[in-house]
Amino acid sequence: MANWKKIGTGVAVLAVIAAAGAGGWAWTKLNTSRSSVADDSVALADFKADPEAAARGEYVMRLGDCAACHTKGQGDFAGGYEIHTPFGMLVSSNITPDRETGIGAMTERDFFDAMRHGRGSEGMLYPAMPYTDYAKLSDADMHDLWAYMSTVVPVSNEIDENGGMAFPYNIRLAMAGWNMLFFDNSGFSPDASQSAEWNRGAYIVEGPGHCSACHTPRNALGAEIGAAHMQGAEVDGWHAPEITSNPHVGLGGSSLEDVARYLQTGSDGVAFAAGPMAEAVEDSTQYLSDEDAMAVATYLMSLPGSEARASAPMALNASAALAYEVNCSACHGLEGEGIDGLAPGFAGNGALLSDSTTNPVRALLTGARAAHTGVLPTGAGMPSFAWKMNDAQIAEVLDFIRNSWGNSAAPVKVEDVASLREALGAREKIAAPE
Amino acid sequence: MANERPKADVVIVGLGWAGSVMAEELTRAGLNVVAIERGAWRDTSTDFPPAVDPDELRWHTRRELLQPMSVETTTFRNTSAQTAAPVRNWNAFQFGWNVGGAGTHWAGMSWRFLPWDFEVAGRTAERYGQAKLDGLMAEGLMLQDWGVTYEEMAPFYDRFERIAGTSGKAGNLNGQAMPGGNVFEGPRERDYPTPELKDTHWMRMYRETAEGMGYHPFTIPAGNISQAYVNPLGVAMGPCTYCGFCDFHGCGNFSKSSPQACILPALMRRPNFTVLTETEVLHAVKHEDGKTVTGVKFVTRDGQEGFQPADIVCITAYQMDNVRLMLLSGIGEQYDPVSQQGTVGRNYSYQTCSSVTGFFSGAKMNPFIGGGALGVQIDDFNGDNFDHAELDFIGGAGIMGYSTNGRPIANMNGIRPGSKRWGSEWKEAYARDYQEVANIFCQGTSMPARDAYLSLDPTYTDRHGQPLLRLTFDWNRNDKSMIEHATGKAIEIMKEAGGEDLMVDNQAEASWNPYKQHSSHTIGGLVMGADPATSALNPYLQSWDCHNVFSVGASAFPNNGGYNPTLTVGALAVRAARAIHETYVNNPGPLVEA
Repeated sequence: MANWKKIGTGVAVLAVIAAAGAGGWAWTKLNTSRSSVADDSVALADFKADPEAAARGEYVMRLGDCAACHTKGQGDFAGGYEIHTPFGMLVSSNITPDRETGIGAMTERDFFDAMRHGRGSEGMLYPAMPYTDYAKLSDADMHDLWAYMSTVVPVSNEIDENGGMAFPYNIRLAMAGWNMLFFDNSGFSPDASQSAEWNRGAYIVEGPGHCSACHTPRNALGAEIGAAHMQGAEVDGWHAPEITSNPHVGLGGSSLEDVARYLQTGSDGVAFAAGPMAEAVEDSTQYLSDEDAMAVATYLMSLPGSEARASAPMALNASAALAYEVNCSACHGLEGEGIDGLAPGFAGNGALLSDSTTNPVRALLTGARAAHTGVLPTGAGMPSFAWKMNDAQIAEVLDFIRNSWGNSAAPVKVEDVASLREALGAREKIAAPE
Repeated sequence: MANERPKADVVIVGLGWAGSVMAEELTRAGLNVVAIERGAWRDTSTDFPPAVDPDELRWHTRRELLQPMSVETTTFRNTSAQTAAPVRNWNAFQFGWNVGGAGTHWAGMSWRFLPWDFEVAGRTAERYGQAKLDGLMAEGLMLQDWGVTYEEMAPFYDRFERIAGTSGKAGNLNGQAMPGGNVFEGPRERDYPTPELKDTHWMRMYRETAEGMGYHPFTIPAGNISQAYVNPLGVAMGPCTYCGFCDFHGCGNFSKSSPQACILPALMRRPNFTVLTETEVLHAVKHEDGKTVTGVKFVTRDGQEGFQPADIVCITAYQMDNVRLMLLSGIGEQYDPVSQQGTVGRNYSYQTCSSVTGFFSGAKMNPFIGGGALGVQIDDFNGDNFDHAELDFIGGAGIMGYSTNGRPIANMNGIRPGSKRWGSEWKEAYARDYQEVANIFCQGTSMPARDAYLSLDPTYTDRHGQPLLRLTFDWNRNDKSMIEHATGKAIEIMKEAGGEDLMVDNQAEASWNPYKQHSSHTIGGLVMGADPATSALNPYLQSWDCHNVFSVGASAFPNNGGYNPTLTVGALAVRAARAIHETYVNNPGPLVEA
């Protein structure tokens, strides 16, 4: 889940410009009156939660994937996760109920302001914290989340969140300008023309789940491109694939059950979550209830897809088939069928067929690790082939995978392999006597 | 002690198969478990990546997956009259040196012992009369039953087969003989979780030959999985590719049953499980009452000593180390071969084996198609499957035609007798015979004897200054007669199959030594039984002397079957763990009254 954090902060420079140029406050962007439903007298450290509310709140925490950023080996929710941005380093905060170093002194209203409006105890939050999506959280979920946070064990862990940010990016007030440009603080409004299931899915996806933070491409100003919503994006050295109804590279070829299974287990039997999505599955989506997983699938598969369509498969060399058989077939199968619960199949795996070849190239260069979940604990690994294959060999075997067993995709560019090899610091193919 | 860890419900000493199985059972039952493992973490994907071709020189020849001899070895002598010397190379048995233990580098043959193996004394007397048993005992054998029958073990075998993902074909389903399976096996409730492996050319020849001779060949049950499989813990395994680099190697394809491939992915997710790696347990610490222990003393890789308190201590290290840890902890009495008093160290046995090699002119055996457990066996001369009334021994051997590997370095000696062992003639011979050689292996039972035992060495110590374990062993007369009989049968089969230029290696023809063995199945020394006078553990693997100490390993076998030990170790681990969490924790004390 490192991606959206980086993106959010990557626009900090724009925020500064916007703040400087803003002639007047746009109150609709900065108005926090929605928080008035929350209590402003009892601090989190003193709050006594109703156990049932706290249990529901734990589920909200899973939906929002708080642990992804706020737990990093210094205690549960004690912060310390470093987020590297072009403008310096942010460190995630301690959100345990510790009064001095955590959020124990916050009232529920303070908590609502932070979560849904980006107003922290030390000033405006950076959009690395996805308050832009959390703004959609309902009052009920917020009350429950607050109750849950009060049950977290307080950890004393002093964090200097923006000590690693240089001037002028360390000026939190600049975020007011960023908010004026990009932030919509309105809550979730259901679409009456859609089913309750669809609306539940929309709420999770666009609110706590903040899926678009990774899966939607951004314009030059760092804002999400609405017309390409969930149609795939490059983030932090990975490709977050298209998750719309597109039948070729999106979810259109899958069933609702397959998408739900992927979210709940890390695999739909063909594709496996790896990289940042593995973290999202492990920390968040595997906890989705059956109903919510189906709701998310229902919503995603209703989204309009990109124009990407299957084309005629490219012509392949015999050497490509041999390279596949020798290097890949033991786990991925002679017919690209993969191994259920262990290794991805390639036949009909739309996530592989995107014009972006980042993920498969990356898997070959650095290896990858499948998500491990309660249902699928194996968490098998893909080994690196960087030492064994040069850029052209990687492109060739991927062309075979992307154009066999009914697959079709554009040729992999050798120069893309080369540049990713360099960007990732993957080693060169080992020198061996011919 | 300065470095005292928080108390655990259970501490597990050694995280190989037995330790992993017990930890899985016990954590699932809600107990807080800390495992302490001397070796390092080893992971399938990162330590044995399939992108790297199997490195025979590193793993097999140089044995880099095994515990270095500088860490610990044993001393050895054939008789009590000799002075033991340290063993300086791993051959006769191999200590693991990683999380997963020997379960990471084993070959994968996954046998249930025969019903007879658990009751060699009782069934010998029953079938051949008390006089036969008395005669063998008078000769020096120490035959005794296990205190558990095959029938009682069957559900635990079944559980372990499911966890490990064993491939095979049933030969005895609920008492009904199943053609094609091992008709001599004890009854099983259901078939193996995955079908048997496929035949190589040699296996087919062996199968047809044995069948033609009236025997009952079957495919060896294997921890090399024949098809994709998900075990009861939800862990997925991938089909074996028959690469033939199994024993001494880790498996990168998730195909070989191992703690890494089958248990650890599920176990490591549990919040009530902790593993301390590269940490060596020195000994258990006895309570003042002498009837229990309070935990274990350990030393970390950087030499820091510590104490892990626990309500229950499970000693699940290598067979040799289980015995040694009990002796170092002062639990139970050292066995004395003169007075035959004491129970720790007695009933040590190895495994009595031979091999028959034959050559088939013009054949293409393609031995590079292999698997650690790939072979066809007959059990017609194993255990008590044949009439011993006119024979001067008990026991027998499984006789297998195997295709375990075609490793180019290891097979260099498989060339016709009389071939030069160097130069171009040797190269020519090896190039020819690599394809033309075939092997039959007799894996025989071993019966315990009075003067074969384990004890602490009076002279040699390990790096921590603790005494090494001393092995006193040589073949006994019964076992030598047994293997001679089995070897004769193997020679007949090899000749019938058309093999020529036979080479026969009967291990028991010369005194046992630790450098020339074909088996690695070392057992006993801390045996289970119903009688505390002749066993260190009760039938639940609980120490007769300290009731909160349990120990599982091949060390618990009072005698060795004509099979590999792993499945029986795994089944005993399930049995012991269930006894702990179903009975012992509710009312700590001896599960069986002495």
